[in-house]
Amino acid sequence: MSINRRQFLRRAGMVTALGIGSSFVITGFRKKDAAASGYTKAAKDMPAKRWAMVVDMSKFKSEADMEKVIEACHKLHNVPKFPNTKDEIKWIWKDDYHHTFAGGHNEYLDEHVMHSPFMVTCNHCENPPCVRACPTEATFQRPDGIVAMDFHRCIGCRFCMAACPFGARSFNFKDPRPFIEEVSTEYPTRTPGVVEKCNFCYERLADGLMPACVEKSNGGLIFGDLDDPNSEVRKIVSTKLTIRRKPELGTQPSVYYLVGGGEHA
Amino acid sequence: MYKGGKIIASLIIFAALFTIPFFYNMGKVNAGPDVALDTPAIQQLSDKQCVESPEFMRANHMKLLNQWREEAVRNGQTVYINSQGKEYPISLQDTCLKCHANGSASKVALSNPASSTTGVSNPAINESPEFCASCHDYSAVKPKCWSCHFEPKEAAK
Amino acid sequence: MLEKALSGSKRYWIWVTLLLAIIAVGFVAYMNQFNNGLGVTGMSRDVSWGLYIAQFTFLVGVAASAVMLVLPYYLHDFKKFGKMVILGEFLAIPAVIMCMLFIVVDLGQPMRIMNVILHPSPHSVMFYDMIVLCGYLLINLVVGWTTLGAERKGAPSPKWVKPIIYLSIPWAVSIHTVTAFLYAGLPGRHLWLSAIMAARFLASAFAAGPAILILLCFIVKKVSKFDPDPGVGAIQSLVKIVRYAMIANVFFYILELFTAFYSNIPEYSAPLRYIFFGMDGHYSLVPIMWTAVVLAFLGIAMLVFPSTRMNKATLIIGLLSIIIANWIDKGMILIVAGFVPNSFERVIEYAPTLNEILVTLAVYSIGMLLVTILYKVAISVREEKAN
Ligand code: SF4
Ligand code: SF4
Repeated sequence: MSINRRQFLRRAGMVTALGIGSSFVITGFRKKDAAASGYTKAAKDMPAKRWAMVVDMSKFKSEADMEKVIEACHKLHNVPKFPNTKDEIKWIWKDDYHHTFAGGHNEYLDEHVMHSPFMVTCNHCENPPCVRACPTEATFQRPDGIVAMDFHRCIGCRFCMAACPFGARSFNFKDPRPFIEEVSTEYPTRTPGVVEKCNFCYERLADGLMPACVEKSNGGLIFGDLDDPNSEVRKIVSTKLTIRRKPELGTQPSVYYLVGGGEHA
Repeated sequence: MYKGGKIIASLIIFAALFTIPFFYNMGKVNAGPDVALDTPAIQQLSDKQCVESPEFMRANHMKLLNQWREEAVRNGQTVYINSQGKEYPISLQDTCLKCHANGSASKVALSNPASSTTGVSNPAINESPEFCASCHDYSAVKPKCWSCHFEPKEAAK
Repeated sequence: MLEKALSGSKRYWIWVTLLLAIIAVGFVAYMNQFNNGLGVTGMSRDVSWGLYIAQFTFLVGVAASAVMLVLPYYLHDFKKFGKMVILGEFLAIPAVIMCMLFIVVDLGQPMRIMNVILHPSPHSVMFYDMIVLCGYLLINLVVGWTTLGAERKGAPSPKWVKPIIYLSIPWAVSIHTVTAFLYAGLPGRHLWLSAIMAARFLASAFAAGPAILILLCFIVKKVSKFDPDPGVGAIQSLVKIVRYAMIANVFFYILELFTAFYSNIPEYSAPLRYIFFGMDGHYSLVPIMWTAVVLAFLGIAMLVFPSTRMNKATLIIGLLSIIIANWIDKGMILIVAGFVPNSFERVIEYAPTLNEILVTLAVYSIGMLLVTILYKVAISVREEKAN
């Protein structure tokens, strides 16, 4: 008797496992389409092969100039302000030369240069390690080079944060909404437990607008298609001396820093 | 049967517990959802048509919204062409709720730190807009859209 | 066979109740984390993985170490391990389950975990880790259960399990290798970016895992009539494995130190300098790391000299030293220090919160409960046969 009961339980277990498994298979492969309809890009959408940014720090005259740029981005994207650095979320911020371009410093470098500020954000790398690491493709690379986040899909494993060598990613450790001072209805907020970062304002590019930071930068941030030989970014990058953060890692950052500054193309 | 009595007794208890909600609600009248379709915005429309037919939307709105999400976020296709060839921007806020928000009755768009003492996790933070809530509350399926997305600008104030 | 876990001595039930109590407390702590987000942990923007992922890493090693019994027994017909093999397999099962739980409690959006399967991403090491872990769990469940079931009936194991047993050997190596690849393939994390990572993982796993198993055998012998090593020297053979694995582990670590310090590339040695000497006024890991160093050498010494190796008391001290040294290295420092200094060369430290520790303890308790139940079943079957 007891053997039969055991057999019964085993079979019941198997049937349940099978049921769960197959229901999953069915939902996983369910046909997607619902009606004879389609999708297209917005009429104003700006196409590009590889969006890139040049940072010209000589155009930022004061701390206030930088704050203005940061504010523009963080306000628009509902980036919360947490009182502690542990939960901090940032899309674009400033750090000094010494830390931005970490590694192997000239010890005689002037204190002033050492601590001069630089704008930092996600580099939208051409070979992004964060995209490689993500197990759900919540972080993905668009055909225009932008490394984007699908907040709906992110499971919050933070593998991408470990993979990004630039510290560009933030995680929503807490519900961000109570910490947003002034709500912008132009962009959704995030749910707790997902990763976020700069998205090169792809929602604005779709409306034919430049990124919010670029707009407020007085020419300090130059944005364009690196693939287009006539674009301003391409001209600067090909003729002036620019540096990038940690180029030795081979991620090919799309954010270039113009050294020396001055007038450009 | 080996320990048969005990097994049967526990089975009965299990079945009883499992069906409590059913017996609890038995005989109670349960009014169906009452969907308000006469919002000011809808009344002004000359052609009172959603992006697809009502039948289609009733049956498939969740699938359509999923598709919209994938297309807009992942493929950069931010415009939907419906089965009649009409184009709509993909936006909960500017397309769906332009018609379906009931201006006056909308709830607060942000959870307030004082009132959200329980903290927030995965369930929706906000009340859904009235239009969504009218069916979703009834069927007890909480849409999670509103923990991030907003109602239209006027409503968010 | 599971019903065997439902009857036991008073001591057994006190132990089970204790574990259940810890699990209950941890569950409350987890609900707090679930509702309020991972902000209740000590993790931050800079140190974005902490205690949970570190435990995961350590336990993958424990799970993989079952192979140290399976391989000699099945491949080399090393009969001494005959009575212990099942204990190894039944340690691997709870270890893998704990690994999975640690991953789940670490997720910001645990309800979406199925996205890993719904949107499979073969470019992500996490995808392979999921596959090998699930596979390993399945293999050990099948193998452990059928061999024990057969033994109960006094029959030889069915033929079809043999290939699965052989499969389990490379599979065990794969789980820890893939886990090492999670870290070793990330640019810019210099502590992890090392070709020897997987080898070191395996060495430390084959030291700590069997050491835990030996201690469990001592407990089993004490609380039951079943002796996993009835005078055949199985334990001493395992001790030798632990010893050599630990020596290899320390050797591999020294290789890391040499490359980092002799090459004198600042980025490479920075995390190690932080671990061993502290950096920019931050020293929280320094005493812990040196404790691990002392314990590692103490443990090796205890297992090298025949007099201390044969003496049960000193043997236990040696094994405990090795387990703790490995746990500090892999179950704490390796993961945390991988993020220090951060991408901007700033030192931002991490310390787990109480909430995080309670959840961790609860997951360990779930594991111990499973070990208890599985071992109870195995032992009861053996005791039944003996009578
Ligand atoms: S900067 Fe970091 S987050 Fe941005 S694309 Fe590169 S690796 Fe990814
Ligand atoms: S946290 Fe989200 S975006 Fe980052 S790797 Fe995990 S699933 Fe991908």
